[in-house]
Amino acid sequence: MKYVSVLSAAVLGLSLAACASKPAPVEPTPAPVERPAPQPRPEPQGPVAGSVQDFEVNAGDRVFYGYDRYDLTGEARETLRRQASWLNAYPQTRILIAGNCDERGTREYNLALGNRRAQSARDFLISQGVDPSRISVVSYGKERPTCTENSERCHAVNRNAITVITDGAAS
Amino acid sequence: MRLLRLSLSALLACLAFVSAAQAQLVVDVTEGHLEPLPIAVPDFVGEPGLASERGADIARVVAADLASSGLFAPIDDEAFIERIEDINLRPRFGDWRVINADALVVGSVEVMDDGRLLVAFRLWDTASEQQLTGLRLTSVPENWRRVAHKLADAVYERLTGEKGYFDTRIVYVAESPGDNGIPVRRLAIMDQDGANPSFLTSRNYMALLPNYSPVSQEITYVSFRDGHATSFLYDLESGRQEALFDSGPSLASEGQSLSARYHPQGHVLAVSAERQGNHDIFRFDLRTRQLRQLTNSPANDVEPSYSPDGERLVFSSTRGGSSQLYVMSADGGEAQRITFGEGRYTTPVWSPRGDLIAFTKQHQGMFSLGVVRADGSGDERILYEGFFVDTPAWSPNGRVILFTRGERRSDGTRYEIWSVDLAGFNLRRLPTQGQASDPAWSPLIE
Repeated sequence: MKYVSVLSAAVLGLSLAACASKPAPVEPTPAPVERPAPQPRPEPQGPVAGSVQDFEVNAGDRVFYGYDRYDLTGEARETLRRQASWLNAYPQTRILIAGNCDERGTREYNLALGNRRAQSARDFLISQGVDPSRISVVSYGKERPTCTENSERCHAVNRNAITVITDGAAS
Repeated sequence: MRLLRLSLSALLACLAFVSAAQAQLVVDVTEGHLEPLPIAVPDFVGEPGLASERGADIARVVAADLASSGLFAPIDDEAFIERIEDINLRPRFGDWRVINADALVVGSVEVMDDGRLLVAFRLWDTASEQQLTGLRLTSVPENWRRVAHKLADAVYERLTGEKGYFDTRIVYVAESPGDNGIPVRRLAIMDQDGANPSFLTSRNYMALLPNYSPVSQEITYVSFRDGHATSFLYDLESGRQEALFDSGPSLASEGQSLSARYHPQGHVLAVSAERQGNHDIFRFDLRTRQLRQLTNSPANDVEPSYSPDGERLVFSSTRGGSSQLYVMSADGGEAQRITFGEGRYTTPVWSPRGDLIAFTKQHQGMFSLGVVRADGSGDERILYEGFFVDTPAWSPNGRVILFTRGERRSDGTRYEIWSVDLAGFNLRRLPTQGQASDPAWSPLIE
């Protein structure tokens, strides 16, 4: 019991002090202290802006196609829009778009199909304001698969157009 | 002798008839229900030493060539009764008939004063006891395999009435593991039976889709030397290479260009090249370096192949949706569709006989190798069906097709070159070291 009343009094006292109109006594400004020696800035989180890694992480370097298709899916368009805005932000960069196919097709057919894929990605980037002179295309057909297993998952991964920054990226 | 000849012709006709009757069916090559002709090829006789060793080698290669055609069944040496000691004496035919040898090949090898080999042979019909053909050849000792192939061609031609194809070579793509997971694909060349393999291109760039000139030791192929697919010419005798369009007009030099196939006279190529993202068929004259566009469709027109008279071209195109085969005049113009089945038709190659076009068909996850009449009439005939098929190539006599066959493995597909005859029988793997694909068959070597 006793403790409680003491506590109440203390609380009251505090309230009174807070209500007092009298300014608090002025204290001298503390003496300036030496700033700590400049430390190396901590590594920024994520890739350097304008770098290849930045492009790959924040724009996405590849789009995927349906079986025997070279038209762009909604998801592919989204990725290419991000690629275009990145490329428009770094106009000194140049790119190579490589069209690829899964291995479930004959060789020459796939070289032609891979070219169509690269071309459809290129056309979309140009429609988004990327200067055509910055873009080269190549088809690797089915010759450079990302994934070599015999599975539909793998084949789907290999049906792509991969955008590679060939010049002008920050390092 | 007429009987023997006739019986083999009858055999060939029979093969053709059976396969026609089974059109659209997948032919089970393990059935092999037609009897090949039993033939005896004892070791060629020669003085002990080089002559006798080569004599045995040549007989072995002749027998292997004949066996590989599926039309002949060489008899095991163990069964032989007569020992041939002089090919200028008539054999004891009864000794050969009793072991069921319908035909007998005897030969001799001599080392001449200048070190060259003199090889002679005779082909006997054991029933009529008549010599069917005979031949004498001289050669430097290193070329003994070619001598054997020429003799096998002579036997084949005499007994089937058609040119042989054993003294030929095959250019192909040899695949080996690369440093960074990307396989190394190089052109290589070997004898038709897999002997004497050697590389034609380096590890530094990818090489694909070779085609053999019908008139000279020259090939075209697709090189990635410049970073993208480019048609190249390669002179096999000098080793000289050049990009097809290097010195020509730049019509197609910007985009990729694919496999270039020879006109039967060898002076013109048909090739699919890309402009502004679209593939069309072009004609390229090797003498004038003139390039002329033959198709102009918004779809991909690829894989042109000339008819043996040079008058027409077959190619594959996506102009009708999925890839199908089309035939047009060698000067371009209207194209007539010749395939109508479901699935994707690619890799058309015109038979040297002119009547058929070989193709790859892809349908419901399977691949097949087939032939269809060049005018599109009648049913297509499937010669092989499996997990993967690509790049058919005809033997010079149009009786056999080489093709890339892919076998499914959990860690990827294994590619090898196989052959099958026109009736869908005699499926065989070509002996190559490592994986191989994209066969191109030479003409008979002069």
